[in-house]
Formats: sequence, structure tokens, C-alpha cells
Amino acid sequence: MSSPSSLRLSIERRALGAGLLAVALLRPARAERPGLREAVLGFTGGKEPSEGGITLDIPPLVENGNTVPVTIAVESPMTEEDHVRRIALFNERNPQPHVITAQIGPRAGRARLSTRMRLATSQRLVAVAELSDGSYRSASAEVIVTLAACVEG
Amino acid sequence: MARALINLPRTARRGEVIEIRTLIQHVMETGYRPGADGVVVPRDIITRFTCLYNNEEIFAAELAPAIAANPFLSFSTVATESGILAFTWTGDNGFEQTETRSLTVT
Amino acid sequence: MRRVLLALLLAGAASAEPRQSGFELMSPGTQAMQRDDSANPGMLWVEEGRALWDSTGCASCHGDVARMRGVAARYPAWDAASGGPTDLAGRIAQCQEARQHRTPFPRESAEALALAAVIGLQSRGMPISPPEDPRLAPALARGEALYRERRGQLDLSCAQCHDANAGRHLAGSPIPEAHPTGYPLYRLEWQGMGSLQRRLRNCMAGVRSEPYAYGAPEYAAIELFLMRRAAGMPLETPAVRP
Ligand code: HEC
Ligand code: HEC
Repeated sequence: MSSPSSLRLSIERRALGAGLLAVALLRPARAERPGLREAVLGFTGGKEPSEGGITLDIPPLVENGNTVPVTIAVESPMTEEDHVRRIALFNERNPQPHVITAQIGPRAGRARLSTRMRLATSQRLVAVAELSDGSYRSASAEVIVTLAACVEG
Repeated sequence: MARALINLPRTARRGEVIEIRTLIQHVMETGYRPGADGVVVPRDIITRFTCLYNNEEIFAAELAPAIAANPFLSFSTVATESGILAFTWTGDNGFEQTETRSLTVT
Repeated sequence: MRRVLLALLLAGAASAEPRQSGFELMSPGTQAMQRDDSANPGMLWVEEGRALWDSTGCASCHGDVARMRGVAARYPAWDAASGGPTDLAGRIAQCQEARQHRTPFPRESAEALALAAVIGLQSRGMPISPPEDPRLAPALARGEALYRERRGQLDLSCAQCHDANAGRHLAGSPIPEAHPTGYPLYRLEWQGMGSLQRRLRNCMAGVRSEPYAYGAPEYAAIELFLMRRAAGMPLETPAVRP
């Protein structure tokens, strides 16, 4: 390589292929997509969730947006009287705000859910938990997605 | 039939919280992605997952296209009694698959 | 045509320690996905392969698939029929064709990847041990030449990225040393399982050169060279990569 510290290459956009293309096309194509806040308030029936008592664990820097591990955990004794009823996850910049909604209850023993999600681009995520007393808690996270190299053209 | 992997202990003590992990082979086609011919590929995703413990639902989830291909889910339950756990994935185009595992509670 | 200026950001020093698996460059989350069989999506293909091993009659001659232990670690191997090296997928296809008299599963089909994955798993953790076969010498030399040959519109050789700049970053991705330790593997970018040939095709397309057709002898030659270069490193099949 001529200059190993700053090799600049002029590449046709297509050269990076499917990766870039997929990202471009996953960008909210529809302006009518509800915003993140609207999606959260849709879930809570308009109630403002409080912060704290819930964690949203997702890597801050992601090497591929296709499969991003995410874990949501809520502090709760998970008893008949005091438990988490639902856990939901919403995103800011995928074509649809909804990622997952889980129904749990005292029989779960622990209010914790892990899955893997797609991130069309760098964005903010919000996890919301619905508690048995009808209150809501939320936590948010910012994720930066880097582009894959040498993908299918 | 799609391949599915389910991981949970075979035995547990009564009252113990056990972790359950599931993976299933599925493309989770988003419905937003154009195919090779430029036409958007129709959505084909798993929309719902349930786990029944001796016929009582202990976990359920609604999945959106933002869930990654070959969906992975991990959740927990309290081992209450010996019996059968049934895992069902349902989705677009009539997709439906159920797997069962037994659990011995001591 | 729309052009963008891609900065090949070669940040950081090239790694000093030779022979590092691509695994080491992955984020902790992706490493965890590979390490844990109940979280590794590649295990779905392994399960499929296990079922095919029985249903397509491999077991009737070979017995339990566990008897394939060590096999994947010593491919590509000499193949008398073609007078050159054959990779594991080629060897499986040959068994189907010559001994079972059936049309082999096409390369890169879910079935072919599944069989290669379950056979590969039997050698997980074993050192890569390419055969010391003098008949393979010409193909090995050809593989090395292909590895060092500049190609594509970007006029880059494999060696320029994977030897001279391993450990640095290309756009967001760290450049690995290109050790074929984990194939077939689950690549997050593919959202599925793929062979080493598919991976090599991606790198060829990345420098804007026309990849060889699946099954072309050039792939077996490059793989032979890469496996020799990785000799002694543990096999990771089914690995996970970004
Ligand atoms: C009719 C018997 C028969 C069947 C069925 C059969 N094989 Fe084989 N296979 C053989 C024999 C014999 C060899 C050893 C040939 C040799 O060493 O040249 C072999 C060799 C192999 C090898 C190479 C082993 C090594 O040590 O390098 C692999 C891999 C393999 N078979 C996979 C398969 C798979 C996968 C299937 C099912 C799709 C299958 N075989 C079905 C007879 C069979
Ligand atoms: C422009 C730089 C570049 C060139 C040239 C290049 N590659 Fe790569 N290669 C990469 C990058 C970057 C990755 C990792 C991509 C990722 O993880 O997203 C990679 C990955 C690989 C891997 C996968 C390693 C693993 O851990 O599984 C192999 C094998 C490989 N390349 C071989 C080759 C061969 C053979 C050639 C020549 C035909 C080549 N590459 C040319 C940049 C390059």
C-alpha cells in the first residue's frame, strides 16, 4: 500500500454492496412512521413512564446492525401483588418503531428478557415496563452502528 | 419444519428460577427489503411466540420485523412442578411450529 | 454513476502478535454468541446436518457422525479423481455422487452447509493440520500466488489487507488475519450460514474484482494456502463473524 496510514479509495457506492444498500433502504421510507415518543405513549396509554428500576443493556457500538443482542431487566420482586406485566422495546429509526412486546407475570420469577434485533442505523432505543400497579418505567440507550466491510455486491 | 434449539435444565428444584433460551431458523423477512429484481420482498416473519408450562401460559411475545433473523429469545420461569413446557412460534404465511420439553422438579 | 469517497481508515498499528483468529477482534457480545452453543445460531445448521446425516444415509456407511472427528481439520486434501485439492464440501459431494449415486446438494445450499457444519463441529478445538502431501505442492504454490496477486479495480492483494494491515480498520471493521478457522460459519452480515468460498467472494467483490464461480479450483488452492498458514490454530466451526 502506498500510504498505509491514510489510504483513500474512491469506490462506487455499490462496491460496498448489500450492506450500504440495505441500510439505505431500511431508512424510514415512510414519513408517517410514528415517532419514538408516540410509540412509547401508545404502549402506556398516554401515561408518562418514570425512569429507574429498569435497565436496557445493548452494546453502545455495534459491528453489524443485523443481529444486535439486547437485554431488558426490571427490578421487581415478581410476586402476585407486585410484578411486571409487560416489557416492550421501541426504536427511533427503523421503518417501524416496535421491536418486541413480552407478557410475563409472577411465574417468570425474574423480570428479564433477552433477544437480538436489527438496527437500520445508529439510533436511540427505549424499553418500557408495565407494572402490576399500572405504572410504567422506562430506560433508553443510544447505539452507533458501523458499516460492514467487504459484503456481497 | 424449521430447526429449533431450546435450552433449559432437565431438572430443577421446586421454586428455582430457571432460564430458558430458544433459537429458531427463520428468515424474518422484513417486508422493506427489495429482492434481486428490485421488487420489495413481502413480509415473512414470526409474529408471536408463546411458552406454556403444563398448559398455562407463562411467557408470550409479539415480534416485529426488527427482530433479527433466526430469532433468539431468553426468559425465565419458576420451576413449580414436573411437567411439559410447550414452545410455539406462529407467523406469516401460516407458519406454526411447536416443540415440547419435559422438566423434572424435585 | 454515484461515487463516494471511501476513506480506508487505517487507524492503529498492525498487530504484532502473529496468527490471531478473527474471533479475537469481535465485540464481547458476538464472542459470547459463538461461545455458547445455546446462543450460537450456527448450531441450527449443525442440528440440520445431524438430521441429514441419518436421513440421507451417511450413517449407513460411516456410523455415528462423531467418527468424523479430525476430518475437517485436514482439508483441503488430495483428490485423485480431479488430480488436485478438494475441500470438505467437495469431498461430501463426491461421496454423494460416487457412493450414493445421487445428485449432491449444491454448494452453498442449506443442506450442504449443514453437513459441512456437523462434520466441522466434530473437529472443534482440534488444531488445523493440513496434509503433508507432496502432490498438493503445486496447488499450494498457486494458492499463495493468488493470495499475493493484486486484483480488482482497487488493485489490492489479499496480503495487502490481511498481512500488511491486519488489526487496522477498514471503514468500521477491523481487518482480520484471514485464518479460515471457523467455516462454515454464521455471519451476521449474511443473517445465515456460509462457506469459506462465500467469504472469499465477498472479499473479491470488496476490491471490485469478479469472484470465481463456486467450486472453482482457485478457491481450493487459496484455502489450501490459508489452512497451511493457519496450521496449529484450533478449529472453531461453527464460528460467528460480523
Ligand atoms: C456407500 C457408503 C458411503 C456413504 C453412503 C457415504 N460415504 Fe462418505 N465415504 C465412504 C468411504 C468408503 C469413504 C472413504 C473413501 C476414501 O478414503 O477414499 C468416505 C469418505 C468420506 C469423507 C472423507 C473422510 C476423510 O477421512 O477424509 C467424508 C467427509 C464423507 N465420506 C462424508 C459423507 C457424507 C456427508 C455422506 C452422506 C451424505 C457420506 N459420506 C455417505 C463411503 C460412504
Ligand atoms: C480491502 C481489504 C481486503 C482485501 C483486499 C481482502 N480482504 Fe479479506 N477481509 C477484509 C475484512 C475487512 C474482513 C472482515 C470483514 C468483517 O468482519 O466484516 C475480511 C475477512 C476475510 C476472511 C474471514 C476471516 C474470518 O475470521 O473468518 C478471510 C478468510 C479473508 N478475508 C480472506 C481474503 C482473501 C483470500 C482475499 C484475497 C482474495 C481477501 N480476503 C482480500 C478485508 C480484505
